[in-house]
Amino acid sequence: MNTKNIEKQFQVLRTLLAIGIAIAVAFIIICFISENPLETISEFVLGPLGSKRKIGNIITNLTPMLFVGTGVCLIFSANQTNMAVEGGFFVGAMLASVVSTCVSLPTGLHTALCLLAGGLAGAAACAIPAFLFVRYQAKPVVSSIMVNNMCLYVGLFVINHLIRDPGAGFLASWRFAETSRIEEMIPGTGIHYGILIGIAVLIGGYLYLNKSKAGYEIRTVGRNVDFARYSGIQVNKVITKAQLIGGFLAGMGGAVEVLGMYKRFQYQALTNHGFDGIMIGIMAAYNPKALPLAALFLAYIRVGADCMQRSSDVPVELANIMISVIVIMIVAERFLYKMKHKRIVAAAQKELEGKEAA
Amino acid sequence: MEANILSMENITKVYPNGFVANKNVNFSIHEGEIHALVGENGAGKSTLMKMLFGSEKPDEGRILLHGKEVQIDNPTVAIGYGIGMVHQHFMLVPSLSVADNLVIGMEPKKGGLYDVERAEEIAREASEKYNLKVDPKARVVDLSVGLKQKVEILKALVRGAKILILDEPTAVLTPQETKELFIELKHLKTQGYTVVFISHKLHEVKELCDRVTVLRAGRTIGVESVENVSEQDISRMMVGRDVRLDIDKEKAQAKDTVLRVSHINKVNALGKQVLKDVSFQIPRGVILGIAGVEGNGQSEISEIISGMDRSFEGEVEVNGKNAREMTVRQLRENGVSHISEDRMTYGIVGDGSIAENMISDRYYKKEFQKGLLLDEKKIAGLADDLIEKFNVKCDGKDQPIRMLSGGNMQKVVAAREFTSGADLIIANQPTRGIDIGASMFLRNKLVELRDGGAAVLLISADLSEVMEVSDRLIVMSNGRISAYFEDASEVTEEDMGLYMLGLKQMEPEEIRRASC
Repeated sequence: MNTKNIEKQFQVLRTLLAIGIAIAVAFIIICFISENPLETISEFVLGPLGSKRKIGNIITNLTPMLFVGTGVCLIFSANQTNMAVEGGFFVGAMLASVVSTCVSLPTGLHTALCLLAGGLAGAAACAIPAFLFVRYQAKPVVSSIMVNNMCLYVGLFVINHLIRDPGAGFLASWRFAETSRIEEMIPGTGIHYGILIGIAVLIGGYLYLNKSKAGYEIRTVGRNVDFARYSGIQVNKVITKAQLIGGFLAGMGGAVEVLGMYKRFQYQALTNHGFDGIMIGIMAAYNPKALPLAALFLAYIRVGADCMQRSSDVPVELANIMISVIVIMIVAERFLYKMKHKRIVAAAQKELEGKEAA
Repeated sequence: MEANILSMENITKVYPNGFVANKNVNFSIHEGEIHALVGENGAGKSTLMKMLFGSEKPDEGRILLHGKEVQIDNPTVAIGYGIGMVHQHFMLVPSLSVADNLVIGMEPKKGGLYDVERAEEIAREASEKYNLKVDPKARVVDLSVGLKQKVEILKALVRGAKILILDEPTAVLTPQETKELFIELKHLKTQGYTVVFISHKLHEVKELCDRVTVLRAGRTIGVESVENVSEQDISRMMVGRDVRLDIDKEKAQAKDTVLRVSHINKVNALGKQVLKDVSFQIPRGVILGIAGVEGNGQSEISEIISGMDRSFEGEVEVNGKNAREMTVRQLRENGVSHISEDRMTYGIVGDGSIAENMISDRYYKKEFQKGLLLDEKKIAGLADDLIEKFNVKCDGKDQPIRMLSGGNMQKVVAAREFTSGADLIIANQPTRGIDIGASMFLRNKLVELRDGGAAVLLISADLSEVMEVSDRLIVMSNGRISAYFEDASEVTEEDMGLYMLGLKQMEPEEIRRASC
């Protein structure tokens, strides 16, 4: 076996082990705080498959992740730690709501315009850290967190002062126009047509990043920016483009989410969809190919935790602890390093002997 | 038999990329000898010494010091055992004085504060004791390479090193400086110090050393007394076969000018003038070599011509077009290709596959597009073809390039840069750190490209390389052209050394011939 295969094998092993350890941690926590741990665990593991509705929940949970996750793959592949996808998702949802409530257009066209508006809002959010980095070398890690804050308050301002429905009885926008809403696809499950758009985005993102010349540029810049410059790639253009498209997808995800799941815009805080996207992006190593699996896993755990909360005494926060443990283990590059190195040494020696015998 | 002061037994080291750098290597040295460790680039010399100095750990085997097994986990431990190392790239703080650098980490104190005078005294004493003349008060940044090396040696000695490892110390020196170094090392030997001298220049080994250990492809091939073997014997042990080291080439046929560099001046970020009124031209069909000790402006020239650096005064014209106004891509399209001296940073993207590394200058061209996507079949075909033509040893075009040896990586770089149909090829240290086979392959390729009508700019710190491959020759010293030779074959190494050191300088009229 050659080194390349051993490396691949260990990447998979590391991810699986990370998941295993996280699950073990979760079970231990459950054993400590639950009166009836076995039942709780079974609810957590099997609950999401318990009914059509719950399976539907997994899919609706996963839908926005496809958009944001694909966006994250693009941005982070260019080695830009731009977390404004979180704010981008929020303002995307907000601007889509504005277009939905304030514009009247025929069905279909109206939805399309909402998605476009949401996408542009998301792109604008991610453009700020991108610009600040290209122009002033401001680290996107910091600037994008600030941008997220800005997005939240701009969004709340618009909702509070421009499209608020005073008769709603709570802080929410006017009802979305029916012409703009995304219909339920499978009745009784909550699954809406947004999932199809999400799958299209995912496939498109995969082809763009892994198979097109623009994707080649993004990956090259992300892996070695000096080499990219030396090869004649215009680095600033490429990283800006990656972030604009990534932000567009995040914003579009926000639009799809509100139009598919709600009747009004009613977020009062950032929704964490952006960070979900970053987490599954990391789990997928920023490759859209592995993204559906990561998204499915996260969605499943979320729904499982929800089931568990309903029927037992363990709170939903447990799911987030698990996910965090997994991400930490995955980013710990030296985890299992010794074992991997031993394998490589053994394989290399064997190969050498094989060559000499021949 | 004399006592081994140190021995390494059955050492095996495998790098994370699966490369077996050392395989059951045995290496031992006697007290008070100068012991040569020779082998091709990539034979495992540096790896072996890194393990001795604690910057790498062996996967198998043991190290014995005075017959007792020791664990050398890091350089501090190595220094504690009296092992000192002088690296090829100096580990000095340029802005501090010689004395500061010598005592760094073990500063003498007076009243809780750093005692500068005591430090200078230590430096002066050491300098005299070991006969290594340096001014304790001089700032390291102002020193020549040869002097910096002396500071490095002193630094090891001041820290109590009894065994001194010198990693290719002469690679950066002129012939004159090398002579001086040898006298100093022999002096150290008479004082009872033990020296490990890593090199692949065999005449130096013959001149300086008592015994020689030869490594090839990560294994010990043999240990000999230097007086019992000839240079040819050692060479055969190193390479394992007879290698033709000469280059086949006809006399150059100069045609129209491709590159014209006029009156380049550059002041670097530290405010130092690194290029002073540099002018030259290269016609098609000619290899122009630039020789000089590293750091005398050669890198800057290559950066400027390749479009990586734009903060300079003067003009660069390629094929009659002003290069300053062009982006790197436009320059490349205008016929420039470039092998950078820093292969790992500029030459490759380590995590990328071999194929991805081969197309970085042409992936965007129409011939590689299929609809909206890249034409993977065509790219695969190109990669397979280049792997074969450039004899790249690998597991296939999809293997990450970081898993290859240095020589094979450089072949991938060359496969890209030499096949873009360039009119001007900038080859900056093209064979640094790679084995003889790959080096000869690349040198012959440069000649082939010249014969195909390209203009070649060869920058190399390897004197024999630059003298043998080039048709015309420039010598740089201190940012200035100190000599120009219309016919590289008429120059002697001694003469080159004098111009490299700046001890000799041609008249302006003679140098002006370089630009017409």
